[in-house]
Amino acid sequence: MIAFFSSGPVQLALLVGTLVAAVSALVGVFTVLRRQSFAGHALADLGAVGGSAAFLLGIPQLVGFVGAGILAAGVMELVGIKRVQGRDVATGIVFGLGLGLTALFLYLDTQRAGTSNAAISVLFGSLFAIDASVLPLVILLSAVACLIVVVFFRWFLIDSLSQDLASVRGVPVRLTGILFLVALALAVELSALTIGAVLSTALLIAPAAAALRLTRRVGLAILIAIGVGVGSTWLGILMSFESYGWSGGAHSWPVSFCIVLVAVAAYLLSGIAVPVRTLTRRRLARVL
Amino acid sequence: MFSSFLINTWITASIVAVVAGLVGFFVVLRGSSFLAHAVPHGAFAGAAGATLLGLDPILGMGVFAVGGAVGVVTLGRRGRNDVVIALALVLMLASGALFLSLGNQYSAEVFSLLFGQLLGVSSSSLVPIVVLGIVCVLAVLVAYRPLLLASVLPDQAAARGISTFGMSVFFAVIVALATTLSVPVVGALLMFSLLVGPPAAARLFSPDPLRAIPLSIGFALVVVWFSIAAAYLSSLPVGFFVTLGSALLYAAGRGWFAISTRRPVAA
Repeated sequence: MIAFFSSGPVQLALLVGTLVAAVSALVGVFTVLRRQSFAGHALADLGAVGGSAAFLLGIPQLVGFVGAGILAAGVMELVGIKRVQGRDVATGIVFGLGLGLTALFLYLDTQRAGTSNAAISVLFGSLFAIDASVLPLVILLSAVACLIVVVFFRWFLIDSLSQDLASVRGVPVRLTGILFLVALALAVELSALTIGAVLSTALLIAPAAAALRLTRRVGLAILIAIGVGVGSTWLGILMSFESYGWSGGAHSWPVSFCIVLVAVAAYLLSGIAVPVRTLTRRRLARVL
Repeated sequence: MFSSFLINTWITASIVAVVAGLVGFFVVLRGSSFLAHAVPHGAFAGAAGATLLGLDPILGMGVFAVGGAVGVVTLGRRGRNDVVIALALVLMLASGALFLSLGNQYSAEVFSLLFGQLLGVSSSSLVPIVVLGIVCVLAVLVAYRPLLLASVLPDQAAARGISTFGMSVFFAVIVALATTLSVPVVGALLMFSLLVGPPAAARLFSPDPLRAIPLSIGFALVVVWFSIAAAYLSSLPVGFFVTLGSALLYAAGRGWFAISTRRPVAA
């Protein structure tokens, strides 16, 4: 245990992981309420386009991730089809093309010496391999994402529950949609950097979905989600650190896998609370 | 380009395209792009796990894809479908990462599982692919009418005694099988774009399913053939061309749709 806390990479992983898990959980509650899990996952994967391009250009990975994420969020809002089914297909097409570009950039990356692990690093990330110099940028972007959610909290809330109600109450629905996607992109790209583009969906959705199964009050749900997210991250990091001896001593388990495992287990556990509170859940379903 | 070592690739890719065009039509109709995106990730995890245990990757892919698809549909039966899909997806992907790290595989192999590989098909793996392809096509043809009704008008299907939940599970299994046979060629991440792109484009050209389905299969074949040729000539990854072709087709479909609906209706 002493070795755990005195290890430099672990300290950095705990710090960055906590920040990212908290921001993801905060934004995640609204993502689940707005039923935008697919968009959240798509933004994470599309960030990988930027991540793989950044490898190619030799610029910091975080810059590539965030740039591509914001750009993708803008395109999604621009396409912004109201009908749900059209949105499903349009997201699918844009998303597919983004993945194809990722394949191209990653291939070009692997052609160059010294970056043969680009595919694994971009897609699966590793909390233990974070460059300490990106820390100020991570803190700054986390603050921006939190600020957006806190300042426009009421807009997001009303708009998530009912768009009709929101327009009646004078909330600019379109602007709210854009603001939310920007906050979502920031949160998702930050977690994409730490636990990998493809797995960042776990930190976004699992804590928030678990919290929303436990309570129907949004403020409380956010607090629970942050607790679950940060807890999963810490447990996952500890598990990965301790797992070195578990599989014959040759490897430790990937930190991304450990965090995802704990987060999904938390979601499944939250289901036990559901039968106890069936009444509450029915009310929640009606609100959603 | 048509030399003996590439023949298997051409045959497999054509089977993949026919199955993707047919199954993808229902993916677009049912609005289940997210499911079509998630299931291949299960196949990826299965392939990684099977390689770790020294089993045939196709077997691992089949078990994980079918298990994942049926699990998602069953768990998502009540309420939050998208949350369940998202979580199943990350769990399967994370397992894939774990298996790969335990098995000490090279990143090149990960890359080919995720993004496909032109020369990934050996003669011995051709047989299961052909069998799986025939099973998929037959399954869709046999259940064509109830599947169509349950996709478009679930309430009416239920009134006629068709179990919509049973149809969802049935369809999820078909998607899983289609995915299993295509991952070796197209790759886990990009299979999804072949399942959505050509059918979505075909539906813009014709709303009639009996015309849109053949059109969708044709589009998928064109995309796959173009991709193999382009990948062979440029030595860039085949998945990139598959997604590019699908997106271009869809853009063409949108353009055609805009023009054809703007035209004044004659009498």
